[in-house]
Amino acid sequence: MDTPTTLVTRGTDPMQEFFQALGQYTFLQTALLAGLFASLGCGVIGTFVVVKRIAFMAGGIAHSVLGGMGAALYFGVDPLLGALAAAVLSALLIGLVRLAWNAQEDTLIGALWAIGMAIGILFIAKTTGYTTDLMSFLFGNILLVPRRELWFMAGLDLVLLVTVMLFYRQLLAVTFDEEFARLRGVPVAFFYLLLLCLVAVTVVLLIQVVGLILVIALLTLPAAIAGHYVHSLGGMMLIATLLGGFFTSAGLALSYGPDLPAGATMILLAGSVYVVSAVLSRVLARRRVRRRALVAREAGG
Amino acid sequence: MSAGCAETRVDSRKQPVIAIRDLGFSYGESPVLEDVDLEILDGEFVGLVGPNAGGKSTLLRLVLGLLEPQRGSIQVLGQAPRQAVRRVGYVPQFPTFPRDFPISVEQVVLTGRLGFGPMLGWYRASDRAAARHALAEVEALDLANRRIGTLSGGQLQRVLLARALVAEPLILILDEPTANIDQRMEGDIFDLLARLNARLTILVVSHDIAFISGYVGRVACLNRTLVCHTTKRVDGNLIHQLYGDNVRQVAHAGSGHGHAHHLGHQGH
Repeated sequence: MDTPTTLVTRGTDPMQEFFQALGQYTFLQTALLAGLFASLGCGVIGTFVVVKRIAFMAGGIAHSVLGGMGAALYFGVDPLLGALAAAVLSALLIGLVRLAWNAQEDTLIGALWAIGMAIGILFIAKTTGYTTDLMSFLFGNILLVPRRELWFMAGLDLVLLVTVMLFYRQLLAVTFDEEFARLRGVPVAFFYLLLLCLVAVTVVLLIQVVGLILVIALLTLPAAIAGHYVHSLGGMMLIATLLGGFFTSAGLALSYGPDLPAGATMILLAGSVYVVSAVLSRVLARRRVRRRALVAREAGG
Repeated sequence: MSAGCAETRVDSRKQPVIAIRDLGFSYGESPVLEDVDLEILDGEFVGLVGPNAGGKSTLLRLVLGLLEPQRGSIQVLGQAPRQAVRRVGYVPQFPTFPRDFPISVEQVVLTGRLGFGPMLGWYRASDRAAARHALAEVEALDLANRRIGTLSGGQLQRVLLARALVAEPLILILDEPTANIDQRMEGDIFDLLARLNARLTILVVSHDIAFISGYVGRVACLNRTLVCHTTKRVDGNLIHQLYGDNVRQVAHAGSGHGHAHHLGHQGH
């Protein structure tokens, strides 16, 4: 086996190359920070998305955002503001329909998903220089995040954290058992819509990093992996945030040397860890059951 | 009320905590409840029985303010159900949450404290003390740190009861609290309810008429309308009146109560 020398034959280790570049280039430092800011959202709100099983809803919100980005671009406004407006609008629309009719939400989400994208594509087609913008909206480009947008992302993080800390009990109750929350006098409709708006804000945070098509993966995978091992909401949020930070940073580092798209690398990394973790947690659970049965049999015998 | 039903003896000195008058409700075009009149007095232990699809759960949902009456009126503690609901403890038939939710028993019971104290922030020390007290009352304090998904049916029922009690209710409403647990535990739960009745008005839905008649002070029989409410022990005539012919009575091992089994549906 000649593996120890293969990397060296290229001249530099890709990881070493990444760390050297990180010390040198501010765009890379900005990218790393953007990934870390995004992971806070994906950990805290992603946990709600996973336990409340609203990943499809989050997917609908994420895709409809293209409409807002396209319109903003066409009218010369910051696309991120357009994204935020579109995300919140579609979150409220989906939420209100679910609260009013209950049965129709999947159809509506599917429609909003497609309509939002169609609006976006029309606007972008009528805006000059659209192709690169379209690609970075769809798949993200963490290396192109301008430094001033870090402030925007930090602001969104602050909004998420403060809201969740202030209303943790109500958000937990509405996520856990809507009917019981209603019986305790919690304004369920308000907190349900608030939760969806927080999802919308997180989607905008994550679009910076992985683009709107891949948002759903970063929103669900870290929290789902955390859920394999910890069994409290707070614990899931913490572990998912750390995992999110790891996936974005490691994805960025792995993609830098071979010049791969960073967003896609992050998602593949997260996806692989998720698959391994799902299998591992199942094996561990089965072993636990077997050991418990053995202990019970020994105690009985 | 139909003819042949025993007269209800109500104590006129006590105030009704639940007053239902001329109530009607339907889902779409099919009526579920018609002309229901029922008063439950302070301190009573009332069993609500009747066949499946007889409107029991719908009546509970109306009393809890989760549904609005289409005809007639409901008053709970002298108020509209929605205003009074914070002083009502409710134990659902089935848990209305996913069993794999990452939450401990203590956290579940704490959700019963919502509506107390300030809206913002975390639970206070007094909330935690109340949660532990409620768990102790249902003899489930040892489960406090267990994950909700790891509990047996009987344990879960006790925890849901603790979640209802932690809100310091004046009325306790339970929908088939023993439907999913074994017979021995059924007795334990009803013994517990009998103790709680010393300070709470209790309304319990059950399909098991004869069993609950050993515990409750009064039985209200609902099959779309109130067929009867009686202070007498349930006998064959009443069961026949409520369910029709498809009923046979079987001896109940251990409890000493006869059980009515309705042949038209399963799940007992």
